Amino acid sequence: MNTTYTISVFTEDKIGLLNRITIIFTRRHINIESITASEIEVKGIYRYTIVVTVSKEQVEKLVKQIEKQVEVFKAFYHMNSEILCREIALYKVSADALKENELFARIVNENHATIISVSPEYIVVEKTGDEREIQNLFNELEKFGMLEYVRSGRVAITKPMKTLTSYLKEIENNNKSTVKHFNN
Amino acid sequence: MEKKRHIKYNTEVTGAEAVILSLLDANVTEIFGYPGGAIMPIYDALYDYMDKLNHYLVRHEQGATHAAQGYSRVSGKPGVVFATSGPGATNLITGIADAQIDSTPLVCITGQVHSHLLGTDAFQETDVVGVSMPVTKWNIQVTKPEDIAPAITKAFYIATSGRPGPVLVDITKDAQFGKTTYDYKKCESIRSYFPCPKVNLEDVNAAAELINKAQRPYILCGHGVLLSSAEKQLLALAEKADIPVASTLLGLSAFPPSHPLYVGYLGMHGNYGPNLLTNECDVLIAIGMRFDDRVTGNVSKYAKQAKVVHFEIDPAEINKIIPADVAVLGDAKEALELLLPKVNSAKRKDWLQKFTDCSNVEFEKVIRDAIDPDSEKLRMAEVIDKFHKISGGNAIIVTDVGQHQMITSRYYKFNHPNHSVTSGGLGTMGFGLPAAVGAKVAKPNEQVVAVLGDGGFQMTIQELGTIMQSNIAVKILVLNNNFLGMVRQWQQLFFDRRYSFTEMKNPDFITIAKGYNIKGKKVTERENLQDALQEMYNSKEAFLLEVVVENEENVFPMITTGASVSEIILE
Repeated sequence: MNTTYTISVFTEDKIGLLNRITIIFTRRHINIESITASEIEVKGIYRYTIVVTVSKEQVEKLVKQIEKQVEVFKAFYHMNSEILCREIALYKVSADALKENELFARIVNENHATIISVSPEYIVVEKTGDEREIQNLFNELEKFGMLEYVRSGRVAITKPMKTLTSYLKEIENNNKSTVKHFNN
Repeated sequence: MEKKRHIKYNTEVTGAEAVILSLLDANVTEIFGYPGGAIMPIYDALYDYMDKLNHYLVRHEQGATHAAQGYSRVSGKPGVVFATSGPGATNLITGIADAQIDSTPLVCITGQVHSHLLGTDAFQETDVVGVSMPVTKWNIQVTKPEDIAPAITKAFYIATSGRPGPVLVDITKDAQFGKTTYDYKKCESIRSYFPCPKVNLEDVNAAAELINKAQRPYILCGHGVLLSSAEKQLLALAEKADIPVASTLLGLSAFPPSHPLYVGYLGMHGNYGPNLLTNECDVLIAIGMRFDDRVTGNVSKYAKQAKVVHFEIDPAEINKIIPADVAVLGDAKEALELLLPKVNSAKRKDWLQKFTDCSNVEFEKVIRDAIDPDSEKLRMAEVIDKFHKISGGNAIIVTDVGQHQMITSRYYKFNHPNHSVTSGGLGTMGFGLPAAVGAKVAKPNEQVVAVLGDGGFQMTIQELGTIMQSNIAVKILVLNNNFLGMVRQWQQLFFDRRYSFTEMKNPDFITIAKGYNIKGKKVTERENLQDALQEMYNSKEAFLLEVVVENEENVFPMITTGASVSEIILE
């Protein structure tokens, strides 16, 4: 059965690495639903957050293939229940919405959104939340005339307390490569 | 013998010279390559080091990669390739892909256009880093001369550590021309790369427990045994616990073929017993192999009755195809050494007898007639069998891809490790001739024979030029059936004999060889075969022997597509 998984990948900061990782998905005909990248709390280490809907077996294999890449420290996969995740969305709505000012303001407030810009032609609303909340606001604002709509990919924090650094120590201990295969 | 080196540490050199110096520091002695515009500074630097680095001028860049593969597979050293940008670089891709799927360490160095021209569709510009990304273990583009030596040492470390593979270093022309102070700090670890997991003793104990409880254990040995030089440990394990051993295509030569515990070769055209009895063993011990679909047949009917113990260095291979009951991650040699004292001695006469029985059946139904046929025309197996006897099983045999490859793998018995070189995972026609060139370069005092079909030979036939120019005494045995035989066999069996574009109108191969100043002989009659093979074997220089064989011979046994290993057919 297919489930939505959030894959977190910790990598070096290297040109082309993101491409190497996305190839793993495209080669298997798996669609990436969203992807974000940013530097983590440790300088020089990057985190990709990738959302896919696949089977458990597939996600396990994907994570192993990702970890196999040189310059990937570690990859994890989590179900929605194991993470706290957010997206940010921006909605550009026609300034005509101000004709129904009260209703518009109520929708923005009830959805915990913020108006970040107002001009004679349009209003820009910002909303942080999960996919469902963001979609709900879209549905409500659509009637005012949606000029532009953009969503970030998902960013996620995992609930388990184990940190990347403790994983890295573990890997280091398990990787005392004393074996030499080739002379060079 | 260690060559005297003149390393210019802490002196100012060009990036191009830094490439050459880095290769010397990485103990490289042989390079296979082809020059061109964007790699000219490197070739110019090489000109001053021709006494220390032997460069072989191939006739097509694909040949360079295959030669480097052949070199690596028999020498245990990484193969090194030079090519220019654009078409030079893209011509490498087939060989790189082959090396990737068959875990062969290659370091490919490509020239690239000047960095200010990157992305402008400049003359001979290709995004080779992008193009090669899916088929390399790692790759990098270098645009500064000071980054060259660190990139090259890292490339060698990554190519050769853990599960080996090909890497590519793309160097812009301005980086080659630029000046840098040369230094070489050998790369021995990368903080985000974990090539060789330490063997976990608990896993070894679990493996030993399963093996000790087993009545009918069965070892499948793969390329990993050769890559970790675990042949002795494998032999000791098999002998102590009396376990039959079968080999994958790439594992051939890891276990002595004359040993009573060696039961044969696995796969679609492998031996009868090793395939059939996979579905009768109770513990399947896979060592350094990855359950390729040519080995497993239908996975849903593969070894379902057995507990599976998987010794493997690459974590991504565990549970990829066949779920493991016990997975022992790490180097095969290290793991087997830890396993050996924990395994009980045993005798398994009845179980081994089953393999002998199967082997007898296969001999009666397939082998006897194949090696001593009463047909008018020569058959491939008798040629290989005769050559095996002439060479005493001591030759390095490099095969191409197709029927001749399967026949050679079935009928040549390799006495020494790393004496079988073939394209397994990718099945690259055209691999054989250039790979044999590389193998001969690595082992100039050994008998190296390229066994080729008429189709694959013509895919890289231009490498006869490399053989001529560099005086490479490789023997070439072409089994000519005037067909793309394996495809034709499938057309016969599964496409109602509709021979769509598999018949070959071939040139006179002997005349072509003559044009390259290579001696040749053509055999069509059985009575001339023995002498011709002997003449080829005795030749001190390169020799082409074309043997015209039965046009429509089929390779059996065979596991047809979708069938289980236990449904292997003998005829």
